[in-house]
Amino acid sequence: MSGIPHDHYEPKTGAEKWLHKRLPIVALLHSTLTIPTPKNLNWMWIWGIVLAFTLVMQIATGITLVMHYTPQVDLAFSSVEHIMRNVNGGWAIRYIHANGASLFFLAVYMHIFRGLYYGSYKSPREITWIIGMLIYLMMMGTAFMGYVLPWGQMSFWGATVITGLFGAIPLIGEPIQTWLLGGPAVDNATLNRFFSLHYLLPFVIVGLVVIHIWAFHTTGNSNPTGVEVRRTSKKEAAADTLPFWPYFVIKDFFALVVILVVFFAVVGFMPNYLGHPDNYIEANALATPAHIVPEWYFLPFYAILRAFTADVWVVQIASFVTGGIVDAKFFGVLAMFGAIAVMAMAPWLDTSSTRSGKYRPMFKWWFALLAIDFVVLTWVGARPTEGIYPYISLIGAAYWFGYFLVILPLLGIIEKPLPLPETIEADFNAHHPKDASDASAAE
Amino acid sequence: MRPRLSEKGSIDMIKKFTLSALTVLALTFSAGVATAEEDSKIEDIDFSFEGPFGTYDQMQLQRGLQVYTESCAACHGLKFVPIRTLSDPGGPQLPVEQMRAYTAQLSVDDISSNLNLWDPETEELRALTPSDKFPANNSVNAPDLSLMTKARAAFRGPYGTGINQLFKGIGGPEYVVGILTGYTGEEKEEAGVTYYENHVFPGGWIAMPPPLYGDDVEYIDGSSTELEAEAEDIASFLTWTAEPKMMARKKMGFVAVSLLILLSSLLYLTNKRIWAPVKGKKTA
Amino acid sequence: MSHADEHEGTRRDFLYYATAGVGAVATGAAVWPLVNQMNPSADVKALSSIRVDISDVEAGTQLTVKWRGKPVFLRRRSQDEIDAGRAVAMDDLPDQLSRNDNAGSTDDASDANRTLDEAGEWLVMIGVCTHLGCVPLGNGSGDFGGWFCPCHGSHYDTAGRIRKGPAPENLLVPTARFDGSVVVLG
Repeated sequence: MSGIPHDHYEPKTGAEKWLHKRLPIVALLHSTLTIPTPKNLNWMWIWGIVLAFTLVMQIATGITLVMHYTPQVDLAFSSVEHIMRNVNGGWAIRYIHANGASLFFLAVYMHIFRGLYYGSYKSPREITWIIGMLIYLMMMGTAFMGYVLPWGQMSFWGATVITGLFGAIPLIGEPIQTWLLGGPAVDNATLNRFFSLHYLLPFVIVGLVVIHIWAFHTTGNSNPTGVEVRRTSKKEAAADTLPFWPYFVIKDFFALVVILVVFFAVVGFMPNYLGHPDNYIEANALATPAHIVPEWYFLPFYAILRAFTADVWVVQIASFVTGGIVDAKFFGVLAMFGAIAVMAMAPWLDTSSTRSGKYRPMFKWWFALLAIDFVVLTWVGARPTEGIYPYISLIGAAYWFGYFLVILPLLGIIEKPLPLPETIEADFNAHHPKDASDASAAE
Repeated sequence: MRPRLSEKGSIDMIKKFTLSALTVLALTFSAGVATAEEDSKIEDIDFSFEGPFGTYDQMQLQRGLQVYTESCAACHGLKFVPIRTLSDPGGPQLPVEQMRAYTAQLSVDDISSNLNLWDPETEELRALTPSDKFPANNSVNAPDLSLMTKARAAFRGPYGTGINQLFKGIGGPEYVVGILTGYTGEEKEEAGVTYYENHVFPGGWIAMPPPLYGDDVEYIDGSSTELEAEAEDIASFLTWTAEPKMMARKKMGFVAVSLLILLSSLLYLTNKRIWAPVKGKKTA
Repeated sequence: MSHADEHEGTRRDFLYYATAGVGAVATGAAVWPLVNQMNPSADVKALSSIRVDISDVEAGTQLTVKWRGKPVFLRRRSQDEIDAGRAVAMDDLPDQLSRNDNAGSTDDASDANRTLDEAGEWLVMIGVCTHLGCVPLGNGSGDFGGWFCPCHGSHYDTAGRIRKGPAPENLLVPTARFDGSVVVLG
């Protein structure tokens, strides 16, 4: 599977040969587990394992929750309370599933920002990046629909507001919204289809994850230097890499367990910290909560959605040019999806020939600003749209687009990158001098 | 003093982990934003069940049950709470006989909200059993109290970052105490409904007449029946109704965190040992 | 040199085994709740024992309640029924065992071994025919003044014992006891 030269699995015994001829599954597992991995990967390369683990955890807890949940508007809320009060360990499974969504998004944001900093998206890894973006979109859909299932106030009104986005599409918006909801408003039909899709999409994600892994096992992992593994000979490749097992499996597991310590502290001691109190009130179509706020992981894009109001000049120009078809509401929707689209286009917007941000003196600062921008957008997404907050949203949204559409293309032209290490081996040895033990012994 | 350098390496790594942990915290802070309101005049109360070591005070839960039964139940239901759980571990833990006697004297005030108890043969509601839930009560449109303390928040700030919640808790029980003790004594009438001024209730005017004045109940354990004490008792009881498995949950938290810390230490050593030859270090 | 290597080797092995062991424990602890959630939940378990108030049941009538998903007959037998039950000779019974969860498993099916009280007034049985699981009709039905199963024509006497028809066993007496005027099932 890998393009990096390395030893392949050779069936030895008769039974192994028999199986290998018919189903080379051992060879597949062998090549996946022993895949040559750049030996200089740092601690930002652990989030993939965290994500894989979280996906399995969410599916396992999800399937067990379904055994007790009832997707019906009159019963959904009380069936969740049944899980919390009566089912053996049901409270633990539900709290793990609910907080697991937050862990999932935390890890995916870390994973994405690692890719953005180290230029993991650049050729030849564009397909890995695009598949990753699709996974992210699927995750958002899954999380959104999952949040509707407990049928609390925030479930109901969140679903109303978010499906309302589709109603903003000119001409065809309203029929699409009605089709999505299965009626004029969020109701039993909506709950049932969201339940069905919330169960289906994770398995689509599993499929995409397999393709994601397949893709980067073909190109090889990216690494902090951005210098490719030498493929000219097996010997040189071996000097740049180490097999995935045991070196990176154990390293990743260590990181995973450290993260799980924090995760279980949250589940055990403050499981509702990341949730909304309003969602412990049963859905009521006749009373809207004072503030409708999405879950934290949607807030950056929610902030971008709200940033473009009718008094912003780009919105006015768009409205004028399109003869009023693109109004502020639709513009906000376009901006929100556009924010993800520009990120997905990063492989083609980034003109720099240097892959890793480590060797790009100017890029570093713009990237740091993007990370701060993301945190600020997360924060401002939950603030009311009054006072100074709309301006912060607007500046934050503008920088997000500016980074991808202007700064990334320009930097490649004006920036003078630092010299790269010759090989991964050289970089690794610079960090871990071979005579280290002798040097310290001399002290 | 041989492993000096490898120690430095691990310190570097720990530093990096601390950094990512800080990023995690930064993100979660911004996430704890429940709504955009700033912290109101609700005061933090040092409840026994707060903090990682906090437990319910069994006697306080029983007092709270008494306040609920004598003062709240006439208007508010507890429709998600099975009556039998009053005897469960980690709750008020009424002796089973007392719980049965309590069930027998419970009356259903709102027939139309409890039709699951309707017996078509006798054409009346059947008697409650411990397996039933507390009756629902919508007779005066008062909200159900089963989940009230999880459905309200008191501390959100500063600036919507939710950091206060890390130290004070989300504040549902404090909100309940705040409402019960927040009446100013002013009244007004609008469209035939009397409203009572309450400086904790959003909007300042609440339709619920002051339910407690102090000395509303007589506790058999001789506890204080001042308004503030009664309010804290009912808030504790309602915290239990909302989160009956809290004690088991914290126990699981401790077991899980301890086990995972042990596992992470072992994995740390294993990882260090596996990598040592690659990094040109001798194993310690 | 070789000695030191060996020493190091065992220490390394121990660390690896300890890590794998704790990892296995953690995995087991994570999997167990996913399995255990399928066991009966607290609300189901709470109904595994129910209390039936029998103070209003008149002699010669019965109360049917649902318990663990099945009907349970609580019959207060009249003196005639008691006498009829006690007059039956053991040789007339196709099933010689008491089928009473409150009695020994080898006790015979005499009338006294079937009832809940000494006087033989209270007969508590699961109302499921031992043939194919239909609910027998009560109140002095069938050829023996007890119960009659309409599905395949099994006749039970006043003590719920099979007398005629395809059913192989007497009606089952579940675990039950008196608590004042209440019968506790289970």
